[in-house]
Amino acid sequence: MELSTQKNLQPPVIPEEEKVVSPWLEAWRSFRKNKLALIGALIVLFFIVLAIFAPFIAPQGINEQMLSKRLQAPSGEHWFGTDDFGRDIFSRVIYGTRISLWVGFLAVMGSIVVGCLLGIIAGYYGKWVDTIISRIFDIMLAFPSILLAIAIVAVLGPSLKNALIAIAIINVPNFGRLIRSRVLSVKQEEYIMAAKAVGMKNNRILFRHVLPNSMAPIIVQGTLAIATAIIEAAALGFLGLGATAPNPEWGKMLSDARPLLMQAPWTMVFPGIAIMLTVLGFNLMGDGLRDALDPRMKS
Amino acid sequence: MTNAPVLDVKQLRTSFFSEDGEIPAVDEVSFSVNKGEILGIVGESGCGKSVTSLSIMKLIPQPPGKIVGGEILLNGENLVASSEKRMREIRGNEVAMIFQEPMTSLNPLFTIGNQLIEGIKIHTKIGKKEAFQQAVDMLKLVGLPRAEQIMNDYPHQLSGGMRQRVMIAMALSCHPKLLIADEPTTALDVTIQAQILSLMKDLNEKLDTAIVLITHDLGVVAEVCERVIVMYAGKVVEEAPVMEIFKNPKHPYTLGLLQSVPDVRENKERLYSIPGNVPKPGSIKTGCRFAARCEFVHDRCLTDNPPLYKVNGAEEHTVRCFLHEQGGAVSG
Repeated sequence: MELSTQKNLQPPVIPEEEKVVSPWLEAWRSFRKNKLALIGALIVLFFIVLAIFAPFIAPQGINEQMLSKRLQAPSGEHWFGTDDFGRDIFSRVIYGTRISLWVGFLAVMGSIVVGCLLGIIAGYYGKWVDTIISRIFDIMLAFPSILLAIAIVAVLGPSLKNALIAIAIINVPNFGRLIRSRVLSVKQEEYIMAAKAVGMKNNRILFRHVLPNSMAPIIVQGTLAIATAIIEAAALGFLGLGATAPNPEWGKMLSDARPLLMQAPWTMVFPGIAIMLTVLGFNLMGDGLRDALDPRMKS
Repeated sequence: MTNAPVLDVKQLRTSFFSEDGEIPAVDEVSFSVNKGEILGIVGESGCGKSVTSLSIMKLIPQPPGKIVGGEILLNGENLVASSEKRMREIRGNEVAMIFQEPMTSLNPLFTIGNQLIEGIKIHTKIGKKEAFQQAVDMLKLVGLPRAEQIMNDYPHQLSGGMRQRVMIAMALSCHPKLLIADEPTTALDVTIQAQILSLMKDLNEKLDTAIVLITHDLGVVAEVCERVIVMYAGKVVEEAPVMEIFKNPKHPYTLGLLQSVPDVRENKERLYSIPGNVPKPGSIKTGCRFAARCEFVHDRCLTDNPPLYKVNGAEEHTVRCFLHEQGGAVSG
């Protein structure tokens, strides 16, 4: 090696036209190409719009009873028919979007915040902290999740708010474990060591380096979890442990329609389709996000 | 050497604790680095080079690792006794470190500028604009073209050599007295290697930063270092000025290392290699650690642990081998 001749060498120059692309923007580009994912995102968007503009879209209020028009089959006037109180099912399904999405988002946000916090602490600090937190997660995961949710609601008392809390709690371990495993692997990365080597504090490393680098799987899991949370909310509603009587919660509507199944199937079919479509939308979107954010996870 | 040493490591012992008990990875290692000097630490994988450097930064993962003895004096301050808070002030400010893998040493989610500015702002209380300017200046100093644009680039847009330059810029941005470079060129192409080495030598002269260069590549040592320490199985086995090591190697291990370097001028059928493997740390309890692989082994090597001896007729040349006993022992 003759170094003196190398001194004047310039490092290679990158061509100027290369645009600066953030990793998130790159993920969006890849997401955009995935047709199924886009369909999922559109479905989700559609329901979000429905939820926001429900009062303008729904032809009737949720509790407008017309006893003369009880249990009418779908028609031009009542697209989804009417239920046993003569309420317009189309309107109720639209308003139900608000409840289901709200419960889904809030419950999942709650689980993410609590799960991330516990997972990060467990993964980064390790030792006995990790043991305690991980064992609590293990215990919670030992129960079938819906059973645990029922138990929690039974303790808190049946209401929509308590159902939401229960769903948030039962999803905490999923996020906690996910984040913990991410932290464990990110912790080994050399840039964490490099950050320590420039004198960065632990907290700062956690929130600037570890957390952002663990975000991708959280977003994916979060989207898929919204779908599950919606189903769980509907299940609790169906069991009479969630939303209470006049609320047009989809699960509750299904349960109210149960005795009418033979007589007026539309009372059950439309809320069911609504649940199925939202869940499908979130699942498609979640799968697409997963492919876009982590190409290695593609099957 | 008239200058007081920047770094003075005395009898450093770093051990890892496992179910089988204590495993010493660095065993009573002593060396010093003078102001503005480049010191090379050479040895095979697992000989304790990296553990030594992480010990100086006090970044040994603990548990299982722990510094169990000795002193690390940085400008007279004993780091072994320093608190974690004091260490955070020292890291990056007085001692900085660059790593082997430039591809993974930068956070993929943030721009180069973002990470450089953050490093600067940890140790200095200056405004965003000044920090930005300082970061740009550092990038220019390490020979990166279009420094302003690179500030907005993400790590994946740069090549390995460019990233290593960024790492060097980041490490030197607070003008530390000492830079520890843990195999900084191992992951790079040979041509880029030469560029990075000449850059480091350049900066060493310009900024008067002392450098500890950890490597297994004797060619790298020959190019940039002034003094060399050869480590084997957690111990220093030989220390000498760089020319002395190459012209007059004393320890059988150093001899073996030099013989294993392929020479293009010779047409050898097989390359030389030292017989045997590096012993597992802690597996050798008595005698010289190199005894099992040594050509010159005799009875005493198996029972006694040789101290460091002065080499006759050479200055600043010490060797841990009974063959050179006549020079007189320096230390344990």
